[in-house]
Amino acid sequence: MDLFELFTFAVFFLTLVGIYGILALGLNVQWGMTGLFNIGIAGFFAIGAYTSAIMTTPASSGHVGGFGLPMPVGLVLGVLFSSFIALLVGLITLNLREDYLAIATIGIAEIIRLVLKNEEWLTNGVRGIAGIPRPFAGWFEDPTGVTNLLVVCLVIVMVYAALERGRQSPWGRVMRAIREREVAVMAAGKDIVRFRLESFVLGSAIMGLAGGLYAHFFGFVSPEAFDPMYTTFLIWVMLIAGGSGNNRGALLGALAIWTIWAGTEYLTNRFAPPEFLTRAATVRMLLVGLLLEVILLTRPAGLLPEAHFVARADDRRSTAPGTSDSGDGDD
Amino acid sequence: MFLEIVQLTVYGIVLGSVISLGAIGLSLLYGILRFAHFAHGDVMTVGAYLALAGVAGLGLPMWAAFGLAVAGGVALAILIDQALYRRLRRTAPVILLISSVGVALILRSLVQFIWGPDTQVYTQELQMPMRLLDIKLKSTQLQIVAGTVALVVVLHLFLTRTRMGKAMRAMADNPDLARVVGIDTERVVVWTWAIGAALAVAAGIFLGMDTRLQPTMGWHVLLPVFAATILGGIGKPYGAIVGGMVVGIASELSTMVFPPVYKPAVAFALMVAMLLVRPTGLFGAPR
Amino acid sequence: MSLLEMTGIRGGYGAGDDILKGIDLRVEAGEIVVVVGPNGAGKSTAMKAVFGMVNVREGRMIFDGMDIMRCRSDRLARLGISYVPQENNVFASMTVHENLEMGGFIRRDDFAGQLDRVYDIFPPLKEKRGARAGALSGGQRQMVAMGRALMLEPKLLLLDEPTAGLSPAFTDLIFEKIVEVNSAGVSILMVEQNAKQALGIAHRGYVLALGANRHEDTGANLLANREVADMFLGG
Repeated sequence: MDLFELFTFAVFFLTLVGIYGILALGLNVQWGMTGLFNIGIAGFFAIGAYTSAIMTTPASSGHVGGFGLPMPVGLVLGVLFSSFIALLVGLITLNLREDYLAIATIGIAEIIRLVLKNEEWLTNGVRGIAGIPRPFAGWFEDPTGVTNLLVVCLVIVMVYAALERGRQSPWGRVMRAIREREVAVMAAGKDIVRFRLESFVLGSAIMGLAGGLYAHFFGFVSPEAFDPMYTTFLIWVMLIAGGSGNNRGALLGALAIWTIWAGTEYLTNRFAPPEFLTRAATVRMLLVGLLLEVILLTRPAGLLPEAHFVARADDRRSTAPGTSDSGDGDD
Repeated sequence: MFLEIVQLTVYGIVLGSVISLGAIGLSLLYGILRFAHFAHGDVMTVGAYLALAGVAGLGLPMWAAFGLAVAGGVALAILIDQALYRRLRRTAPVILLISSVGVALILRSLVQFIWGPDTQVYTQELQMPMRLLDIKLKSTQLQIVAGTVALVVVLHLFLTRTRMGKAMRAMADNPDLARVVGIDTERVVVWTWAIGAALAVAAGIFLGMDTRLQPTMGWHVLLPVFAATILGGIGKPYGAIVGGMVVGIASELSTMVFPPVYKPAVAFALMVAMLLVRPTGLFGAPR
Repeated sequence: MSLLEMTGIRGGYGAGDDILKGIDLRVEAGEIVVVVGPNGAGKSTAMKAVFGMVNVREGRMIFDGMDIMRCRSDRLARLGISYVPQENNVFASMTVHENLEMGGFIRRDDFAGQLDRVYDIFPPLKEKRGARAGALSGGQRQMVAMGRALMLEPKLLLLDEPTAGLSPAFTDLIFEKIVEVNSAGVSILMVEQNAKQALGIAHRGYVLALGANRHEDTGANLLANREVADMFLGG
């Protein structure tokens, strides 16, 4: 491989790391800061991508389109639509138990997947939408894709900075308190739901942004690219591995896990016999799953642990009949 | 039109049987272990494929493969619990959730690795549906409903007549009081996994019999199973049966209006409606 | 040797602050011992400490000569301690009869005899034996809870506010039954809000305040004590 190819590959690799990093940052707002368990990441990712794709591609006989809006507008619309869906899901489930939110997010992701596959008038079904404009398309040629990388990096910097600011702010402090279930915050009752909703919507908005960037980076979207299990699961592993509650951890986790994922893909492509290749992805997924379990068993706080993340074991044992069990007493 | 409704209702009962069996197990696990076992669908998948191994690989008759699959599924579930979930029980409940999502993926990948991603069937023979009063029904579908009824009856007897069954109900009802009364909670947990897994395996096999086998079959039915569990009320196995039937019948009836691919969406809508109106489910205590 | 002896118990819930700041409690065989005190005094917490539901950081707990500090609940049940919590004290989805059966769960012998005896102590339960415990009135539920605890034929019965939320008629009934059970040989440690009536049937009583012992005396003396009366015996 010559230098040019190597450079292009590195750019490609880092751009994907960046996009997954943004997804992880979004999840970190929901999970790391507020303790919300979102298993529908792929859904919000897909909404952002498809919205931007539909809004920016030229007219096509297969599906709705032809708006030909510029990329930034597409991105913004993707973010807005993602936020809107998150708002709906949140309003329904956020004042209930955390596992209900998890189930609801699976449901939403599943429905989104079904819509993407079947509503051909909107999404062109399994054929996907092609011809999504790259950033700065038409301005200058970019064979290495380095402008993509620069855009993604810029977005990461902005999102990271905004989130860190948010964390130090009063809003961020309330979020942390909610996650650690301080009784005083509980007493505020209704307001907790509002904070959780804000966190959920914000996180989903960031995921939608990542989706939009993904669409413009690849130029093509199809339902397969947003297979919930791969996308959603990988992001969770990234966050857990890197250190939940921690924005730096989220980015580090994205880098680490994507390196393992892409690295194993490269190795199997290079060294495995061809008939094994189709099974290789399955094995790699299996290994990532095992990796997650190992991390949960041995070092659940991840690479860059957040101080209070691992819950105090005592809490679970000291609940007694007659005391109100925080969170799981409503049976 | 009336005939169509009846026909769809019949299909709904078949689907509902599968969903109910999954939901009972999930509800028991949820009620006793206090966690939403996201790998439950994939336990169904493993069960279905173990039976396939019995039928296609070992040439066993279906009933023997069924027994083999149940044994295998139960062993697997208990192993996973002892090796993994048990060590995570003391940590935050959400860690268990994440872990179960991981287990779901591991099981699915394992199945896909061993049997491949293509769809499979238990038997190549085409089944001609019988006709009873103008209603079509395949004999496998009848077997599924009959099998489900039998399993539910056995479960009922277990829960009401045996010591362990009552202990399970007590623990689902009030875990702290169950401990106070001296029930060995770890033993109850193992039994719960055994029963939950056995029912899930049965559900998976029935699903495979009614439709076909593919590695994501269990995951795709997880949403309706969760919906049924929530509809019936967590920790209420009888409620899960009602929930399962409601979801099954509603899903089938919805095909009169919506394309069949959206059946899971119907389940989701029912679940959302229940969460809005009465989150503890039809049989849960009103809050 | 006392039946139950707790000395210097210090602890709280989870990693939280100490609620109990060095409590001493003692129950002699055959006694009714009542623990009273204002809200937040740690009365219920002291009782829960016996059952391992509190993170005890210091102190000793001896029952029948055995150290029960880190005992699991099922072991305590086997030793002969029965506990009736204040809330959520029945298996609501199970029938009255099944609740009683649960009470005898760890018994390996035939406990039909004890079942009959419990039904004799609480005749209304016999009528309602097939009813779901959760559908009963507060007073009836309390009877189920106590009946369940008695199925073990315990040496020591712990009662956490047994008359909380009950009508005066039921309150009188419960206190009557407590005396009846005690006279059959069961020692009783009871936390009560209804201090006056409780001390009236008690052999001895403790007054706790702010997690520590304030008074300890016979029931009669505590009732006559001016300071105790002022504190909260108004009702």
